[in-house]
Amino acid sequence: MLPDLSHDEIHRYSRHLLIPEVGLEGQQKLKAASVLVIGTGGLGSPVALYLAAAGIGRIGLVDYDVVDFSNLQRQVIHGESKLGALKVESARERMLDINPDIQVDIYNEIFTSENAMGIAEPYDLIIDGTDNFPTRYLVNDLCVLTGKPNVYGSIFRFDGQASVFYAEKGPCYRCLFPEPPPPGLVPSCAEGGVLGILPGTIGTIQATEAIKQILGIGETLIGKLLLYNALDMTFDFVKLRKNPNCLVCSDHPEVTELIDYEEFCGMPAHDQDEGSAGEGWDITAGELQERLAEGNGLRLIDVREPHELAISALEGADVIPLGQLASRMHELDSAEEIVLFCKMGGRSTRALEVLVSAGFRKVKNLKGGINAWAEEVDPSLPIY
Amino acid sequence: MPTLRIPTPLRPYAEGQTEISVQGQTVGEALGDLTAQYPELKKHLFSDAGELRAFVNLFLGEEDVRHLQGVDTPLNEDDKLRIIPSIAGGR
Repeated sequence: MLPDLSHDEIHRYSRHLLIPEVGLEGQQKLKAASVLVIGTGGLGSPVALYLAAAGIGRIGLVDYDVVDFSNLQRQVIHGESKLGALKVESARERMLDINPDIQVDIYNEIFTSENAMGIAEPYDLIIDGTDNFPTRYLVNDLCVLTGKPNVYGSIFRFDGQASVFYAEKGPCYRCLFPEPPPPGLVPSCAEGGVLGILPGTIGTIQATEAIKQILGIGETLIGKLLLYNALDMTFDFVKLRKNPNCLVCSDHPEVTELIDYEEFCGMPAHDQDEGSAGEGWDITAGELQERLAEGNGLRLIDVREPHELAISALEGADVIPLGQLASRMHELDSAEEIVLFCKMGGRSTRALEVLVSAGFRKVKNLKGGINAWAEEVDPSLPIY
Repeated sequence: MPTLRIPTPLRPYAEGQTEISVQGQTVGEALGDLTAQYPELKKHLFSDAGELRAFVNLFLGEEDVRHLQGVDTPLNEDDKLRIIPSIAGGR
């Protein structure tokens, strides 16, 4: 039996009730529905705001982070008054301000193979608003194993993707992406940037698909991948098919329970924004300052993109963007001591790997990048 | 000539190009021409053994070439190939 709507609810949702495809019964279905939103950041913000406004009866939020100043460019559910607050609490307060008739459950924890089943159990549908490959594979496998639809969205710079992976009716995420890319190939938003409005576009598409799925109306993104480019303003669709050899959703699955996704992906389950090259390969900002003061011919190589120099730069550094390093290696001398740096250490760690595999040994990575230098050595530089 | 759309994450390895004209009668030949034009793309698309990497999704029009004839899929003059990247951002 679907729950009744109060007079106040009928008033609140009148614009929905007027649509024949929704109507009173549709609004009751939304009230009876439960949705789990993984991540309350760029994608999770519009998802949570619109699902709350639409009257989804029970919404769960999973995030372990606190609101940071650099989030506010796109994470529109949070505001300056919530800096430092738990994202799930900040989001819940805003959602209940929009709609106090709904239930918002919060899970201030990292979503892992250990807790995922328990957290997801009460919900009909999962929305993937995470920021890393391990959690995306976790969400996919969880949804396949428990028979729940996975409303997927992903963003990078001006590019967005969206789909509904519902193994009972179509392909899953692994059918399209059987393996993650090698660590470091795809830069994170923290490193590569993202247009602030982009998660708004993709997140609202995810919320739309969730609502359609609950109401059972329209053409959904099951079996289709939406490719959006904000710069070209193009919406392209490609067909997705079930992979008959899919490790998780085929008739003969090899993955029958949740696995260690950090190991599977070879990367940590969070937005990789800081890089460390590991024992013996890192140099801290303080150590670099001392070495430069000694003045013994250290070569500084900035592997960031040229447009980042306008934000901050180190005097005396030569610029070789990571993508050009392999073809410009002849500009470096393996007899010289080289210190590589970028924004936070991620790209310079990859650059170090490129050089070491080419035989360079006297090379170090500036741990924490130019941001760490700005914080520890030269406060006249901004942190970005 | 067929064209191949390069996704944002791979553009640094293709001199920033978004779309590249490629020569070839098949998808495999077109990829060979692409990596001849931009050698730094090669290690991102192919394994050391020369196989197309599993995370590289190549679509001809709306269809995944894995569901056509893979690298042997024939190409027409005005065909549009695209590489669909695995991206994970969301925060």
